[in-house]
Amino acid sequence: MTFFLEQLIIGLSSGGIYAIMALALVMIYKSTGHVNLAQGEMAVFSTFIAWSLVQMGVPIWPAIFLTMAVSFVGAIVLERVVVRPFAEADDLVIVAVFVGLFLGIHSLAGAIWKYEVKPFPSAFSDGSVNLMQDLSIRIHTLGSLATTGAVLAATWFFFRYTRLGLALRAAADNHESSRLVGINVSFMLALGWGLAAGIGAVAGVMIAPVTFLDPGMGLAPLIFALAGALLGGITSPFGAALGGLIVGVLEAMISANVHYGIEYRELLALMLILSVLLVRPAGLFGEIVTRRV
Amino acid sequence: MAMHDLDMTHVNPETRKLTKSGLPLARLGYGGAALALVAATGVLEGYELFLASAILSYAIAAMGLNVLMCYNGQLSLGHGAFFAIGASGAAICIDRFAVHFALTPIIAGVVGMGAGWLIGKPALKLEGVYLALATFGLAIATPTVLRSDLFSEWTGGVQGLFLLINPAPEWTGLDLDQSIYVAVVLYFLIFAFVTLRLVRGLNGKAWIATRDNPIAARAMGFDVTRAKTRAFVFSVLACSVGGALSAVAVQFVAPDSFPFFLSISLFTAVVVGGLCSPLVGPLLGASFIVMVPNLTEEIWQGGSWAVYGAFIIVIMAIQPRGLAGMLAWVRAKVTATSNND
Repeated sequence: MTFFLEQLIIGLSSGGIYAIMALALVMIYKSTGHVNLAQGEMAVFSTFIAWSLVQMGVPIWPAIFLTMAVSFVGAIVLERVVVRPFAEADDLVIVAVFVGLFLGIHSLAGAIWKYEVKPFPSAFSDGSVNLMQDLSIRIHTLGSLATTGAVLAATWFFFRYTRLGLALRAAADNHESSRLVGINVSFMLALGWGLAAGIGAVAGVMIAPVTFLDPGMGLAPLIFALAGALLGGITSPFGAALGGLIVGVLEAMISANVHYGIEYRELLALMLILSVLLVRPAGLFGEIVTRRV
Repeated sequence: MAMHDLDMTHVNPETRKLTKSGLPLARLGYGGAALALVAATGVLEGYELFLASAILSYAIAAMGLNVLMCYNGQLSLGHGAFFAIGASGAAICIDRFAVHFALTPIIAGVVGMGAGWLIGKPALKLEGVYLALATFGLAIATPTVLRSDLFSEWTGGVQGLFLLINPAPEWTGLDLDQSIYVAVVLYFLIFAFVTLRLVRGLNGKAWIATRDNPIAARAMGFDVTRAKTRAFVFSVLACSVGGALSAVAVQFVAPDSFPFFLSISLFTAVVVGGLCSPLVGPLLGASFIVMVPNLTEEIWQGGSWAVYGAFIIVIMAIQPRGLAGMLAWVRAKVTATSNND
């Protein structure tokens, strides 16, 4: 029982990170209809920025907030300069552009910060707490869980109760109608990229102390986030976040209890993606797309 | 998907007349190119031969993928997995069963097609971005599976397998590199022929109809599912044969020969080479993915893939039909000026 609880908390903690990434994917998918394959690499790049700031002597929390701000602005610039010119292009061409972005950002991180694995300081104090009799959890795990929970809550609040959030939702829903009521849709799309990168930075900073920091670390979280987003429904932010949490718990349970479980983590994600797409392509909470013939 | 504008589904009568009268000339061109490829055996040496073999084997894979992605409109980011299956199959055949290297692509192709059918059956229910995502997952999962204990017993584990390849018999007078190159060229020519036949025949029409409007295609009596499955299985066949040939050309196979980037590379070869250009596009694309990494390495050593990524984006921005589209544009300009003279 204790073992189960321990795995559950660890799973929820990494699930929270996948949930944030999944949410970032959904934000861009909802407004443009494209899955940003470079999302993971963008988060890794942000994490490297945070690492550099910490190396320069900035305390960790200000470094995290500064990184979020930088990522926010950087992603808006990226959207404006690189992605926007392809807005009218063919699907295949856009996927190719994302592939180019993926390679570019990945390699840029490697070129600037080199490919060796670096430890990343946790935003929380070391050590662990005893939650129950012989159930002790690292403080970072709990802290990461709390942080991701806070980010998810803040995002929900932003979209549900602020004017800007409403405008963003409107722009994602229907470009033409939003334009008619005076929403600057073009700006909203860029803002969506900025927000996605900002919360992606949090995911990177939270996962780096666990997996260590290297340019290749974005791949595994990306595929788990993708699995989560599809499981919950790629058109539903709430579903995607929940899906990310479920995937995190599943991953922890399977790595802990199944022989060779850790080796086949990615395969698990692939199986999950395939089975969701086959059984219920809209995901648990996604809207079912109908088309007029 | 708005792909209609990418292809010449509407051929106006004038161009049709032109292509009809130009047909013998085109055949002559194809024959000449094929002969030139074979003749290159005597001209190129050592490293150049290896490079040419590598490009041609990637071109075979890209030809298959081009059929799938362009003519049938199904995005795949995971065909590196089938390339890896073909290469590992060839390696096991040569290492365990001492099969002659020139026959391994056939075995690899059969094995690959089986795997492709298994994966394709469920995956083909998906459309557009969803299929891209599922195959993206496949691309990420493949290296992990290959590196796991399950396969290491057969494929030599992380250290990999060195392939002992016997050159062609002595009376041919070919050395090792040359005999590999000749085998690659033969397979390439077979695939080029088959691809062109498939694409221009009824099969190609079924593929294009399925891509442009599956419902109308079904109403006209095309079996949509079968058309999709055929395109998928053909692309898988091409990828596994390409993989087998590239394993033979490199003479070494290890799990790390098939990183996640391999799938991305194949996708890049198709899109950058040129969509809906069944022969020239894959050739240009394969040259791009084999040569350009060396080139970008010289431009900026640490960030060569960043330059590579930038290349992809720039090419897409200039010409959505890739390098083949640029070539066609240049040719149109040249004929226009020469006609004016």
